[in-house]
Amino acid sequence: MEHPTHTLDNPPADQPVDAPALWRRFAPDLPAERVVWSEIVPGGGHWSWRLSRGTALRFAALDARANVSLVLYAAHNPLERYNMPDSLKAQHTAHYRAGHVLMSDMGRALASFTLDTLGWHDPLGALLDTPTMEAKYGVHRYQEHRNGMYRSGRDGLLIETGKHGLTVRDQIAPVNLFSRVVVDGEGRFVFDAERPVQGAQVELRMDLDVVVAISTAPHPLDPRPGYAPGKVGVAAWTCGPAPADDPCRRFRPETARALHNSDVFALS
Amino acid sequence: MTTATTAAAIRLQESPLSPDTATRRHRQPAGEPWFTTLRAGQTVRIVDLEGNQAVDVIFYAAGDNTEHYSATDTLLRQGGIYLTTGSVLVSNLGRAMLTLVADTCGRHDTLGGACAAESNTVRYALQKKFMHNCRDNYLLALQNADVGLGKRDLVPNINFFMNVPVTADGQLTFADGISAPGKYVELRAEIDVHMLVSNCPQLNNPCNAYHPTPVEFVIW
Repeated sequence: MEHPTHTLDNPPADQPVDAPALWRRFAPDLPAERVVWSEIVPGGGHWSWRLSRGTALRFAALDARANVSLVLYAAHNPLERYNMPDSLKAQHTAHYRAGHVLMSDMGRALASFTLDTLGWHDPLGALLDTPTMEAKYGVHRYQEHRNGMYRSGRDGLLIETGKHGLTVRDQIAPVNLFSRVVVDGEGRFVFDAERPVQGAQVELRMDLDVVVAISTAPHPLDPRPGYAPGKVGVAAWTCGPAPADDPCRRFRPETARALHNSDVFALS
Repeated sequence: MTTATTAAAIRLQESPLSPDTATRRHRQPAGEPWFTTLRAGQTVRIVDLEGNQAVDVIFYAAGDNTEHYSATDTLLRQGGIYLTTGSVLVSNLGRAMLTLVADTCGRHDTLGGACAAESNTVRYALQKKFMHNCRDNYLLALQNADVGLGKRDLVPNINFFMNVPVTADGQLTFADGISAPGKYVELRAEIDVHMLVSNCPQLNNPCNAYHPTPVEFVIW
């Protein structure tokens, strides 16, 4: 969480656009000539973007308790959206790592995991909602805490998807980047709070034109006390569509077909 | 590390209800959709007549198209992935929609979703697009019902009688079914709900031995 007293500096008048190259701090390996923008999202924050096919988002966990709840909708028609069961069963997986593809309900790749230093991101754990958040961490309203207020992941994503005309009816299962949830022999969730996350990097390449919304609120299964979600660096850069020898395309026959379906759609 | 306590692999429980006192009995042929409404307090039993038939079901709050069954809210609330006796189906608004009050199968899948023309092209082969599938079923039933529900409302569903375990290393597996002829699951509606069913026509997946079969719904 950012400090309750945190205030954002205004840019000086002779620099009306305050667009520091933050990516140089958290992802200096990105190709400078192809970076479009970057920013640092505080813990508990939320934001959304409309991104073209061939753009990549790099996420960097800047604190130990970073979590990014992320949802994806096709920009041409938000009725097409990330589908958790379709993505999991096509890839025979209950977690995501490099090579995996996030598929829409229309059989197309929306985005691909082109880089991942952790090897496990959670598709099952859903969103922290406000009643759960308040029961777990207490109530921190804007009235008393200003920008140190607590915001749930569910409300954050409702705000962001609402900016694109979507409602609570359109809420979908998110992907929780940087979080690891295993399932035990009885089917119960176990959140891995011991895994070192700080400094981890994940990159998603957009395989269609998409709307991406994120919340950096805590994972709902995170057992650690106190509302203290971590900061996350985000940078966008132009990577181009998946090439013929793309590792995600070659990851499984199913990922190849999902990317093929996106390629065919993008022709139109 | 943390775990919730209400999730469990299997809780077998027989029902005290007799089909003789039911108000409705509906035999559902293989591969077909069904849309019906249950009032709060009503109970529906789904009978796997011939065994290992996946019954793909989504529930909606009747009269409020913003509220539907939510797989992730249900899993989060109960702390795990399987459904069995005692499991409560939770909506996207956090409300209890139905409770599993009896279950002679013991495990039902929440993660596998419903087959579709489009996802079949990804899972099997591009030309599988033209095979009969659950999401086409769902759309046809919703179009005919014309209650304001549509594609945006086709959220992740329940697969009754399906066994889709997650391994400790995070793999999703399609295990042999643990259902058998005559096994059933019974749900009590806590609110008025629409029930959208596709009796899965899947012919690409060995889980039903490539032989979709009828099921029966008994309602009290």
